[in-house]
Amino acid sequence: MDRAEKIGLTLALIMLLGFFVLVVYAAKGLKIDIPTCITDVEPFQQGKLIKHADKRYELHILAKMWLFDFNEGATQIKLPVGSVVDVYVTSKDVVHGVHINDTNFNVMAIPGTVGYLRVKFEKPGVYHVVCHEFCGVGHHAMEGKIVVE
Amino acid sequence: MRVEGAIRFIILSEIVFPIVLLIFGIYHGVMQVLYRAGFIKAESFLGIDYYQGLTLHGVINVIVFTTIFIVGFSNALVMYALKKPLREKVQWIAWAMMIGGTLMAAWAMFTGRATVLYTFYPPLIAHWTFYLGAVLLVLGSLVPFFFDWIPNAIAWKRENPDQKIPLAVFGTFVNFILWTIMIVPVAVEILFQLLPLSLGLVDEINPLLARTLFWFFGHPVVYFWLLPAYVALYTILPKIVSEKGKLYSDPAARLAFVLFLIFSLPVGLHHQFTDPGITNTWKLIHALFTFGVALPSMITAFTVAASLEYSVKVEHPELKDSKFYWWAFLPYFKMEGLKWLFPFFFSGLILFFIGGITGIINASYNVNLVVHNTAYVPGHFHTTVGGLVLMVFFGMALYMIAKLKGTDVKFKGLAMISPYLWLAGQMIFSNAMMIGGLLEGWPRRTNSGLTYLNPDSPFYRPDWEGYALFSVIGGVIMGIAFLIYLVPFFATLLAPSTKESTIEFPFAEAYHDEPAPLLNNLRTWTVAAIVLAVLSYIPPLYDAAVRGVFFKSPAYIEKFPVPLKQLQQSKKEEPSGQEVVRR
Repeated sequence: MDRAEKIGLTLALIMLLGFFVLVVYAAKGLKIDIPTCITDVEPFQQGKLIKHADKRYELHILAKMWLFDFNEGATQIKLPVGSVVDVYVTSKDVVHGVHINDTNFNVMAIPGTVGYLRVKFEKPGVYHVVCHEFCGVGHHAMEGKIVVE
Repeated sequence: MRVEGAIRFIILSEIVFPIVLLIFGIYHGVMQVLYRAGFIKAESFLGIDYYQGLTLHGVINVIVFTTIFIVGFSNALVMYALKKPLREKVQWIAWAMMIGGTLMAAWAMFTGRATVLYTFYPPLIAHWTFYLGAVLLVLGSLVPFFFDWIPNAIAWKRENPDQKIPLAVFGTFVNFILWTIMIVPVAVEILFQLLPLSLGLVDEINPLLARTLFWFFGHPVVYFWLLPAYVALYTILPKIVSEKGKLYSDPAARLAFVLFLIFSLPVGLHHQFTDPGITNTWKLIHALFTFGVALPSMITAFTVAASLEYSVKVEHPELKDSKFYWWAFLPYFKMEGLKWLFPFFFSGLILFFIGGITGIINASYNVNLVVHNTAYVPGHFHTTVGGLVLMVFFGMALYMIAKLKGTDVKFKGLAMISPYLWLAGQMIFSNAMMIGGLLEGWPRRTNSGLTYLNPDSPFYRPDWEGYALFSVIGGVIMGIAFLIYLVPFFATLLAPSTKESTIEFPFAEAYHDEPAPLLNNLRTWTVAAIVLAVLSYIPPLYDAAVRGVFFKSPAYIEKFPVPLKQLQQSKKEEPSGQEVVRR
């Protein structure tokens, strides 16, 4: 191994380690984490929006062929600006993907399992919810909207 | 080295058949961009549904084309490097399994019985011929490795006990060892989960377990596509640049291959960062290993650049002291000798540079939340498998058919234009996809022209229009580039033979070379790779099989929002109803 190779290898290692340290800092320090294994919430059969306190909500999203059920069949819900929402996701049938656009909420909906992430809606506006996993012929028309005012 | 008869036919068909199939694969690629942008506002076009076409695009391009071409290319490489003939019987068995499997799966896809995309996530289920065809294809691709190349390599080693195995064979063997290991989990998924469900032997499936087994295979497989291109970068590219060209370092190349063997497998969870049911500590560990597998690509980037520099400078001694100016003297558009192949490699390398960096973004754990399943992801992998891999395969395919046909490459000028045009198209397409996905959340795998990019739809998202338009421009340019490539390809294939049929490769010697017994001990590295893969997968598989999944799911087909069983029962009760649904 000549000198140039050694320098190149060292730089590559430093760069990759640097990236990894930043990722871990963002996850554990800034609490921007990804879904983990949920064992204490069972998969639900219906969407539900529960208000726990002022601007503190729990949202159960049921993805199904071919809509998002946010609250007893409703595909649209309203939330006040600044709401902190614990969002749980499951699927009634096949695999769906739940992406609340303009947020970091991006979780797969897999039947028999529950996915979870917390979202804070800091800006008013319409947050489109898009299904991004192929779930059948109606996949491109999965309806879901969160209005924050 | 002369080839004739059956072996010549088999290798030739393992190159021609996948490229002919690509005509369908790339046609559906062009159709995708038109549908997605709303240029075609329909469920289907010419009898093929959007999602059916997407399945064909994915399965043909990255499962069938890659696998069969890699077997053909590797057959030729191993045969020439070891100077040992191949066994006809073994090759015929492999050929029949691969072609037979392909035809089975193709029937299911073309008849609309397997619209499940190339990831075939249950509980969506396809016709059993799709799964059995896939199993036959991958098992057939292993036959030459075990029954032809390994015996030949053992015999070679006996005759040359003091030499290390040629680098081309070393890289090919690492690739097929990886391929063998990664096939185990996906074979378990297909044979024990999907096939029984498809045949109606069982009623339910654990979809998360199936996904986890799939991605145990589904990420390493990208290295199965990539490593043959790396073999060509290391062993052939220096000789394309200059007849006196050399590989910068042989041990560095072997180190890169060994690192791929170890780190390619424990990384699949980075496709499941957003999946429920799997503890995120294990996702983080897989993220770390994914960063590890970036290392051999960085080593390769160094060694390839150094080999290019050496090979240019040996031809242009006046550039001896130049730091960057030598880049201007690479054979970007020269026809003599093998230099016509350089545009393929160069276009591929540029794209792979982008593919590597964007891949690190995907692998970055929480950063993945921004890009997961958006158009960013296909934007990324079209620069890897649709970049370096495809460009090197196109170049080598043309080179090999000329040798096997005993003729010269026809229309070399067109052959040199096509990779540059592809590079331009791919840059425009992947840029549009990546930015649209990253900034605006434009989803992948979605017929967005019907809803999101349809001004008459309540789902209309005007902010995605510009990205969609550029993806069309890029996609159409790539389609044209492929058509241009087909001209020299078929002209060479159909040209009369003027010389004898041969297989030969311009293997470069190494500039730095030394014995590296530790690196060459593939047995030890294989054991290490298996141990690491198993250890890194026991906890997530336990999560997916037991902890994270509350109940199993019945099968569905893509057309109806009720389980398949229920659908079949209600059809039986009303025999006079609509078409009988069978899968």
